[in-house]
Amino acid sequence: MHVLALDTATPAVTAGVVELTADAVVPRSVHVVHDPRKHAELLMPGVLAACAGAGIALREVGAVVVGAGPGPFTGLRVGMVTAAALGDALGVPVHGVCTLDAIAADVAGPGPFVVVTDARRREVYWALYDGSGARRDGPHVESPAALVGRGLPAVAAAGGSAPGLGWPVREPAAPSPRGLVAVAAAAVRAGVEPGPLEPLYLRRPDAAEPGARKKVSAR
Amino acid sequence: MIVVGIETSCDETGVGVVRHDGAAPELLANEVASSVDEHARFGGVVPEVASRAHLQAMVPAVRRALATAGVTARDVDAVAVTAGPGLTGALLVGVAAAKAYATAWDVPLYGVNHLAAHVAVDTLQHGPLPPCLALLVSGGHSSLLDVPDVAGPVTPLGATIDDAAGEAFDKIARLLGLPFPGGPHVDRVARDGDPRAIAFPRGLTGPRDAPFDFSFSGLKTAVARHVEALERAGTPVPVADVAASFQEAVVDVLTAKAVRAARERGMETLLLGGGVAANSRLRALAQERCDVAGLALRVPRPGLCTDNGAMVAALGAHLLVSGAQASPLDLPADSSMPVTEVLVS
Ligand SMILES: [Zn+2]
Repeated sequence: MHVLALDTATPAVTAGVVELTADAVVPRSVHVVHDPRKHAELLMPGVLAACAGAGIALREVGAVVVGAGPGPFTGLRVGMVTAAALGDALGVPVHGVCTLDAIAADVAGPGPFVVVTDARRREVYWALYDGSGARRDGPHVESPAALVGRGLPAVAAAGGSAPGLGWPVREPAAPSPRGLVAVAAAAVRAGVEPGPLEPLYLRRPDAAEPGARKKVSAR
Repeated sequence: MIVVGIETSCDETGVGVVRHDGAAPELLANEVASSVDEHARFGGVVPEVASRAHLQAMVPAVRRALATAGVTARDVDAVAVTAGPGLTGALLVGVAAAKAYATAWDVPLYGVNHLAAHVAVDTLQHGPLPPCLALLVSGGHSSLLDVPDVAGPVTPLGATIDDAAGEAFDKIARLLGLPFPGGPHVDRVARDGDPRAIAFPRGLTGPRDAPFDFSFSGLKTAVARHVEALERAGTPVPVADVAASFQEAVVDVLTAKAVRAARERGMETLLLGGGVAANSRLRALAQERCDVAGLALRVPRPGLCTDNGAMVAALGAHLLVSGAQASPLDLPADSSMPVTEVLVS
């Protein structure tokens, strides 16, 4: 089955086609552009380029896997709504996966390790993975200093914000189509009806309830 | 031809479906999911709250709209979407969804101007639109436009220089202890009040002021001063009279300038649109003044005046029929899209 994989939770706008067989996850095309302010402009052209690269038409896609974050809100939503609308229009299931899990799925070498991506506002999104690659803690959002101060047993870090945390840095910085599909592979193969797509915002919207009315008259 | 329209510029997730086979498009479905209740306690639309709601509501709204219209995806000939102006994060949800649907359905995509869609929606109710002067008033915009053709370029004659008319309604409602959004509540309360009770200022109506621009910030301050003076004196605030007098000041300026602009541009038709066009006093006074001036007045019913997907579908249908070139797939959302740009191509 050809699976379309999308992620817009990091500065990378990622689209790719992955062939999912009974026992393998085989990338057929990868289309990545780095421009954190143009997710909405670049994603659909990227999807078509990914399909062309894999030699398939969009309607031949049998499932969609999308990174559900955590990620900066506006960019994250572009990937989520694109995946949801494509799934609806094509009549195929859409599986949301944690973007940090998708990065972890591509990390080589022994764990435990942390995956750390940029949350802006001088904070990071992070999660801890054990030796088998399973998530043990997170995802969370906090400052890099607070993360380091937790004294996690990590031996390495991956993800866009990994450099500068003091752990050895491993690849990748952003999720790959292969990593995204690997996380959902069992569910896609089993034909499991995916649950509702829930973005991992981890932060509440910035909004303050109005206080007492300000007087306009001079005292 | 069947056109699906998607609107997410503010706090309404709108999906409309229209059929355009004859002289004017015909409304088949108009699904609106509003997040207005989630904004009420903040006293105004919170962009991030609106954007989150759009993501949740989008696909279900498309499904409902197609089902209500009794059409399948195979019947759809084009997808139109509001590309601007509006809240960037909110617009992006609709634009991304529209690209996905248009691509998967293999039909053209039209990224259109929200204000032009407010004009085009009237053709769903009243048929083909002659050249007209349009007064568009809502919480996000207050504009006077010269519209020679429903799907062609428009000429902006004037706009608000500070608050939008709908914003002024929201702020005065809050001052008077009425809920958000303020428009319908001020309208309701004002019915029991005397519009001549308090002489509030008419902004930008002096001989040297820009003839077709609006300003509601001075009016807002005047109302606040009036209410505060009463409160200081321990006098009960006559809410109905304040609401009626404030409302009268707004609609007096809006209609006077609109009628004057229509005459000056040699137009025979005045069109009202936008959420504030649902205001009963604005509709009544506009009718009175159009009758006196010999102008035909067109006002869509309230459900078509507030933001919705049908208006976007209607404009998309006019563009499709006129052979307009589709928008590219890298179409951006433009929060400050100029009204002169009807279609992004
Ligand atoms: Zn509007």
